[in-house]
Amino acid sequence: MALLDQPDVLAPLPPVGLHFIEALDHSGLFGRGGASFPTGTKWRAVAQRSRGDAVIVVNGAEGEPQSKKDRMLMSTRPHLILDGAFIAARVLRARRIVLYIGEGYIAARDSMLRALAQRTEPERGIVSLAAAPARYVAGAESAAIHFINEGVATPTSAPPYPFELATLVQNVETLAHVAVLARTGAIPGTVLLTMAGGVARQGVIEVETGTTIAEAITRAGGPSVAPRAVLVGGYFGRWMDNDEARRLPVVRESGLGCGVVGILPMSRCPVCDVAAIMGYLAGESSAQCGPCFFGLRALADACTRIASQGSNPVALQRLERWAVEVRGRGACKHPDGAVIFLSSAMSVFAREFELHQSDHRLRQSA
Amino acid sequence: MSTERHLVVDRIRCDGRGLCAEILPELVRLDDWGYPILKPGPVPEHLLPLAERAMADCPVLAIALRRR
Repeated sequence: MALLDQPDVLAPLPPVGLHFIEALDHSGLFGRGGASFPTGTKWRAVAQRSRGDAVIVVNGAEGEPQSKKDRMLMSTRPHLILDGAFIAARVLRARRIVLYIGEGYIAARDSMLRALAQRTEPERGIVSLAAAPARYVAGAESAAIHFINEGVATPTSAPPYPFELATLVQNVETLAHVAVLARTGAIPGTVLLTMAGGVARQGVIEVETGTTIAEAITRAGGPSVAPRAVLVGGYFGRWMDNDEARRLPVVRESGLGCGVVGILPMSRCPVCDVAAIMGYLAGESSAQCGPCFFGLRALADACTRIASQGSNPVALQRLERWAVEVRGRGACKHPDGAVIFLSSAMSVFAREFELHQSDHRLRQSA
Repeated sequence: MSTERHLVVDRIRCDGRGLCAEILPELVRLDDWGYPILKPGPVPEHLLPLAERAMADCPVLAIALRRR
């Protein structure tokens, strides 16, 4: 019973109350936005603080560059997502639902608004729309709340944590699973993945929990060229050797984050690709915390120097030291994500980083 | 003997003025851009007066002592 086999129909919601949180616990449902946090635990924390004034944020910001599954779901299963949001609103006694959708995702937004227009007047009355800026950190929980309350999509210092503000920020895929649980008594037991890079058919697939990455790659038509490594979880994830990644099961503990599986072909230079992505991540710092703003820029520049001028042991040692020092020193997890990405690259591509020559690309294409 | 108080930095507020590292080098060092790196663990009792001074003297009130 896959999520994408569910019809997107308008039907009265099943009655739900606080006991539904126990059903969430038992189902084992976890968040699909990136942090894989247990949904039941999150709802309980919000429920304890709600005085009939909770806010539900339907997170369709999808800031991860290679991820497409949230947009696909908003475009094809808008009622399922809205069902999940209205169920959350009932269980957590919310006065407000905010649809937080990436500003460039026109088809997804229009689909959600069309579905909303078919809802009852009391339902429509508590829903509003907020266009998430096209920035990497805009989808972070505290950034979403900051934007909705004050118009600035930058993360804020914790505490207060989102649940302490009686606010539930929940990814659209998670909410669709909530709806299926409320209607059928069970969650689909599946995960949406976005297959990217060197596979025959790039795009969104749905796989059963426990499926291996190797099977997921087969579902995407197999590798398009000889694969070198896999980036599991997008830019917020980590690099794995191809053989190791193929054995990885799609489960909560695997760190699949938002579900992006990117296959790097042998033909590409990992050092050059890592340098380019580090440059992107440095540019996506919200420039609030020094270690992130200066640290990621320095890390990205150092990677670019290695890529363009060749490697040397001093540069590599400094990269490793900075990567350790930056971690855990931002208000949000953006710097942590960037250095985990980089450290995993330097481990999986240790040889490439060590031997990288400035004329690498020239020799490669010769 | 250790107390149960820890140093915490509000990373958004911190401007990298570096006073904390001058006042309390035993627990605070600066990274290559001048931002504090804290030694993990609770503040030892004999350093508490200095930690309180680092907290009071921070120009942007970014460093604090917290119980946890």
